[in-house]
Parts: sequence; C-alpha cells; structure tokens
Amino acid sequence: MKRILAVTLPLLASMALVLLLGASLWSIAGSQTPVNLPELLAGKMNESGVNHPVTAVLLNFRSYDTLLEIAVLVIAGITGISMARTASLEDPELRTSDSLLYALQRWFIPLMLLLAGYLLWAGADRPGGAFQAGAVLAGCGVLMRLGGIPLGFLRPGLLLRVGLGLGFAVFLLVAVLSAMAGEAFLAYPPGMTKPLIITIETVLTFSIAMVLLALFVSAPVNDAGAPGEDDS
Amino acid sequence: MTPSLLYAFAGAGLCGIGMFGFIQLRHLLRKLLAFNLIGSGTFLVLVGLAQHGQGPDAVPQALVLTGIVVSIAATALAIVLIRRYFHLSGHTSLEADDSDSGQGGAE
Repeated sequence: MKRILAVTLPLLASMALVLLLGASLWSIAGSQTPVNLPELLAGKMNESGVNHPVTAVLLNFRSYDTLLEIAVLVIAGITGISMARTASLEDPELRTSDSLLYALQRWFIPLMLLLAGYLLWAGADRPGGAFQAGAVLAGCGVLMRLGGIPLGFLRPGLLLRVGLGLGFAVFLLVAVLSAMAGEAFLAYPPGMTKPLIITIETVLTFSIAMVLLALFVSAPVNDAGAPGEDDS
Repeated sequence: MTPSLLYAFAGAGLCGIGMFGFIQLRHLLRKLLAFNLIGSGTFLVLVGLAQHGQGPDAVPQALVLTGIVVSIAATALAIVLIRRYFHLSGHTSLEADDSDSGQGGAE
C-alpha cells in the first residue's frame, strides 16, 4: 500500500504538471504577442556585424547572456578540477593505450580540428559558432586523451589557467574597454564589431573546449579500489 | 495547431516525464538524467512556442543554445560530484539504506 502510494503520488503530481503546462501553452499560443521579435531582429541585422541572426543575438544583442554563460562554464570547470582525486590531471599512469584508437585518431584528429575551425568561421553567416566549434574541439581532446597522447597543457600551471580563463577575460576586457570608451557596457564601438566578434568567438572556442575537456578529465579515475570502478 | 506547437506540447510532456523520474528514481545518475529531461523539455517549449506564431525566432534559439551549453557543463560537473560521492560513501543514492528500493530504484 505504501509502495503504491509512493508511485501514485509522483505520477499524479507530474501528470498535473503536464496538464498545467499544456493548458498555459494553449492559452499563450492563442494570444497575440505584443512584440514581433523576428521583425525587430531583421531590422537591426546590418548593425550587428554578422549575417546569421542567432550569432547576432548571441554575441551582439544579448551578449550579456553569453558573457555570464562563459563565466558559469569557467566556474564549473574550476570546481570540477578541484574535485578531482588526482593531484595532476595529466599523469602518464592515467593514459590508456589502445592501438585501434591510436590508428583511428590519426585520421580523425586533423579532420576534427579542421571541422572546428570551419564551424567557428561559419558562425558569421550560417549555423555554427563558438559553442559548436568548442564542443568539437573538446571531443578531439577527449579522443586524444583516450588514445594516450600526452596533453601537457592539462598539467596544473600557467597553460591550464590561461586556457580556462582566456575566453571570459577577453570578453570582459572588451566589454569594459568599450564602456570606458564611451559606449554602453558590452556595446561594441561602431566599425569594430566584426573583428571584435571574431576575436571573442575564437577565444571562447578555446575556453569552452578547455572547460569541457577539464571536466571530462577530472572525473575521478580508477585507482581507489572502489567496487566496480577498476575494471577498465 | 501547427507543428511548432506540437513541439511545445512534446516539451511539456518531457517536463512531466522528467519530473516523475526526478521524484521517483533513487540512483543519482538516473536523477541527473531525469533532470536533464526536464531541461530538454523546457528548451523545446521555448523554441516551439516562439516559432508558433511568427516563424523561426532567433532570440529564443540563441537563449536555448546558451542554455544547452550551460546544461552540458552542469551535467558534467554533477557527474564529477556524483562519482566523488560514490568514491567517498560507496552509495549510489542519497538515502543510506537501499534495501527497500522500489521499482527502478538503486539497482
């Protein structure tokens, strides 16, 4: 009886949630929106410095979100590293060596690096941009890590710190400098928009890849003798 | 009723499934997955609802893109924390006794 109640109550609660959400969705969908955002955006596109609306919103019109996002990422990365069991994130003992992976990544890594560069560049006028490129770059790093390639920059030190903080630091620097030059905080000076956006996207790519890779690497590894953890 | 609205309703459904899983499941990784399901449902609602009236809208799409990146980082951090917790305590759920685990419990 108690067990049935323990299943039924959450079931009823979540069904009520779905019904409530559905009803409010229905009423929102039926009402007229006061602002036509796509039209507003299309009217401002040639001020944004890029040709793709999503990139324009991310890095120009709502760059506050992106700035705070990279801040969240850096904090998550630092927390992850400080939670790691191992003193060094890049220990020769932690490398695996698998000949199949090694052969595979000789083909894959150049291609993935190329793809990351393309995605970064494509963000200006089609889907793509810093986050996609950073994710591909991080995947590349994960593959290298699994294949046993030494990743010296993951050792605690200057390179790791710079890599984690670079994107946020450059973004914040641009924001503060443009504020000091007389514009609003995070408003790029006219004429400099495109180069600034490309610079920020590039450093963001590196930092995002670095954070994701650090989070992957810092999951505690298998030397603790814990049950079910050391059979790899 | 447009296809975009269907996405929004699917998102609401995902929110419900995720909420049920989040309450009901014991294993921390399952809880994390259920929580991610709620997040994905929210993204679907945001994009689908905005797309319903006036075609593709870049503003919610950009917000959802930001949200996806943050949720990836948060998930990875949660996994690091869960593994650390498992190493320290040996438990996979927050309750100390796993003996009375119900359906889909801690096994």
